[in-house]
Amino acid sequence: MNPLIESVRQCFPDAVAASHTYRGDATVVLRRGSLLEVARFLKEDPAFQMNYLMDLTAVDYSTFGKRPAPAFFPSSGVSVRPSPQIPDEDPWPGPPGCSRFVVVYHFYSVAHKHRLRLVVPVEEANAEVDSLSSLWPAANWLEREVWDMFGIAFRGHPNLKRILMYDGFEGHPLRKDYPVKKRQPLIGPSN
Amino acid sequence: MPPEVNTTFGTTADLETRDMLLNVGPAHPAMHGIIRILAKLDGERIHEADVEIGYLHRGFEKMSETVDYNGVIPYTDRLNYVSPLINNMGYCMAVEKLLGIAVPERCHYVRVIVAEISRISDHLTCIGASAMELGAFTVFLYMIKAREYLWELVERVTGARMTVSYCRVGGVKGDLPDDFAEPCRKAFQETRKVLGEVDGLLTRNRIFADRMNGTGVISAEDAISYGITGPFLRATGVDYDVRKDCPYAVYDRLPFDVPVGTRGDNMDRYLVRMEEMEQSMRIVERALRDIPHGPVQVNPGTGRAIPAAEMVDLAKVGNIVAIADGSALACPTLEGSNRAAHESIATHDKRVFLPPKEDTYGNIEGLMQQFKLVMFGHGVRPPRGEVYFPVEGANGELGFYVVSDGSGSPYRVRVRPPCFAIMSALAKILAGDLIADMVPTFGSVNMIGGELDR
Amino acid sequence: MDTSFLTTRLDEAIGWARKYSIFQYPFVTACCGMEYMATACSHYDVDRFGAGLPRFSPRQADVLFVVGTISHKIAPVLRRVYDQMAEPKWVVAFGVCTCTGGFYDNYATVMGIDTILPVDVYIPGCPPRPEMVLDGLMKLQDKIQNQHATGVRPSPEPRPLIPEP
Repeated sequence: MNPLIESVRQCFPDAVAASHTYRGDATVVLRRGSLLEVARFLKEDPAFQMNYLMDLTAVDYSTFGKRPAPAFFPSSGVSVRPSPQIPDEDPWPGPPGCSRFVVVYHFYSVAHKHRLRLVVPVEEANAEVDSLSSLWPAANWLEREVWDMFGIAFRGHPNLKRILMYDGFEGHPLRKDYPVKKRQPLIGPSN
Repeated sequence: MPPEVNTTFGTTADLETRDMLLNVGPAHPAMHGIIRILAKLDGERIHEADVEIGYLHRGFEKMSETVDYNGVIPYTDRLNYVSPLINNMGYCMAVEKLLGIAVPERCHYVRVIVAEISRISDHLTCIGASAMELGAFTVFLYMIKAREYLWELVERVTGARMTVSYCRVGGVKGDLPDDFAEPCRKAFQETRKVLGEVDGLLTRNRIFADRMNGTGVISAEDAISYGITGPFLRATGVDYDVRKDCPYAVYDRLPFDVPVGTRGDNMDRYLVRMEEMEQSMRIVERALRDIPHGPVQVNPGTGRAIPAAEMVDLAKVGNIVAIADGSALACPTLEGSNRAAHESIATHDKRVFLPPKEDTYGNIEGLMQQFKLVMFGHGVRPPRGEVYFPVEGANGELGFYVVSDGSGSPYRVRVRPPCFAIMSALAKILAGDLIADMVPTFGSVNMIGGELDR
Repeated sequence: MDTSFLTTRLDEAIGWARKYSIFQYPFVTACCGMEYMATACSHYDVDRFGAGLPRFSPRQADVLFVVGTISHKIAPVLRRVYDQMAEPKWVVAFGVCTCTGGFYDNYATVMGIDTILPVDVYIPGCPPRPEMVLDGLMKLQDKIQNQHATGVRPSPEPRPLIPEP
């Protein structure tokens, strides 16, 4: 078991819903309410010292596994076999829970050179998470982007407005139910 | 509101003033890209700067959900379009990590070589453009001249100057040409000459030094808390380079140094980039010496590559199962001959080489291989999972977070853009500087719109 | 249109003067900007065509080079820049993203700037090689030469209507 995951589980036993190390990436699935204290712990605890919030993004799992994947000669014996250097004993457990969205945080520590991924499931009805911009200023723009693209709000964010799309845009483009070609032009025809 | 007339000779602090709002609009003279900076000025000093981005948002992440895994590669080219090979490599390595396959060693060396050449051309463009904005037009012309030599080199290898789409999931499109070492040597000779000239023109130039020293300063703690990586961070004194700290490909076997600055101002960033170019050339030269011979492509299904001659032989005796798992090495010119096997087997002997393209359509073995990788919906199908793979882009840590649902196209591809973090800190860096310092600071950020807005 | 000998000669002379002193406004957004820089610099010198001085103000420019993808966020800015230019003005759509939208057929991209501006020369390519850019520039020069001195020119062909699938 990965030592990072072990320590997080020990310190926050009721916050951790699940964990895995698929392909060597230590991942912890957290409950939404305890995000801020776990993040603060990761930043300040000397064994972790996760001073980098590398990435903050979200995934919309509403059409996971529902897209057609045409079978190709299932009897041909051709399948994906990972190379021996990468262990595949524990396959990926799948998208966490039954919530539509998941907010994913990647942390890195310069001192210890280790990485950790936090995954926070968020339901569609109450799409709100605590903001980490008080701990890492990097979270400011990253959370604005998640708001813009997915519509997940961040409590405590100083300036939650659209960053990549323009103000008159309606909808959140990276959600699975937003069609790719649906344009909302400011000027010109909606070609 | 006019300033109150103070008849008792008070200081300017007694005057009521208002900040002037200057909109350095999306269309602006700097060559770097379209962003909007709303600067609140007090005279010439910037009080507060509000940076607005998103003018080049092209929906990379949404488009990559509509194509298959190899189809995302042209989109990744256009992310950081001055160093496209690094983005290609990052994405392909992320998908290979997801698949759990290892590419041949030669492929790693080839990727490292082209990625470092790309990094050099990125730094050349960055320094050239930022010098031009400060008025040093000659430096821009010299840097672009050196970049042309490198682009001709890239064209020899990949076929395109800029948007190359060279890497594939499981390898690279084609091997390095046989006569690669000599043009590479010449290109580096020219580049070193140009770097020497530019060094003489700029580094101790009074005007350049005055404009770059002490402007755009950021401290190391601030840089880390904003998530800044790459030359911007290394100029502040923190020694974090993904190639050294989390090595990938064959970087752990190639000796190189990572230049680290001290003050975190524009001059240090310029010096760090100049030195990084020299180190990149060192990496390429060493890699060209150490590169092993062998195949460069691997079947993403199983990870085994077989030479074309062997495949045809197996097919002739009816051993279809053995070749169904394998991938034949096809020459990128599609004449159907494998260059490595060329020297050891009689040349132009059609019975032992992979048949040319016309026979792929007439012959079941070649057709099977073609079909398996090319038809939509088949192709590369990784297992369900998520991975994050960081590489050292020219601006910092370029990470790809790929989520797969087992079908032929990615479920989610997220790019962690290095200059996004730097741009989010730009407002803080600019506050307190003069309006004229905005130009060298923004130039040294090396903001690439394709990467920032995706 | 008066086609007497003197006015024709005058038109030709003005056309000649205009085509060899192109002041461009490079509206550079994306990857094509790199090829634009390569064309403008020493190797594929565009200065030998007289077009080597970019004017970074629309008031002082006569050719608007739209280089790189135009998203819906920047489209009003582009339109405003075009409107600020004084006649005679020409527009060059550089790169396939400006011609037809490229392969970014999604919610964020304008599928071809000719939906918002009248375009004179289309230079396709992703990105176009500098030789193609120079070819496009020469076509633009022919167009400028053959234009009447008042700037009147035949209106561009309307876009073919492609029925929705």
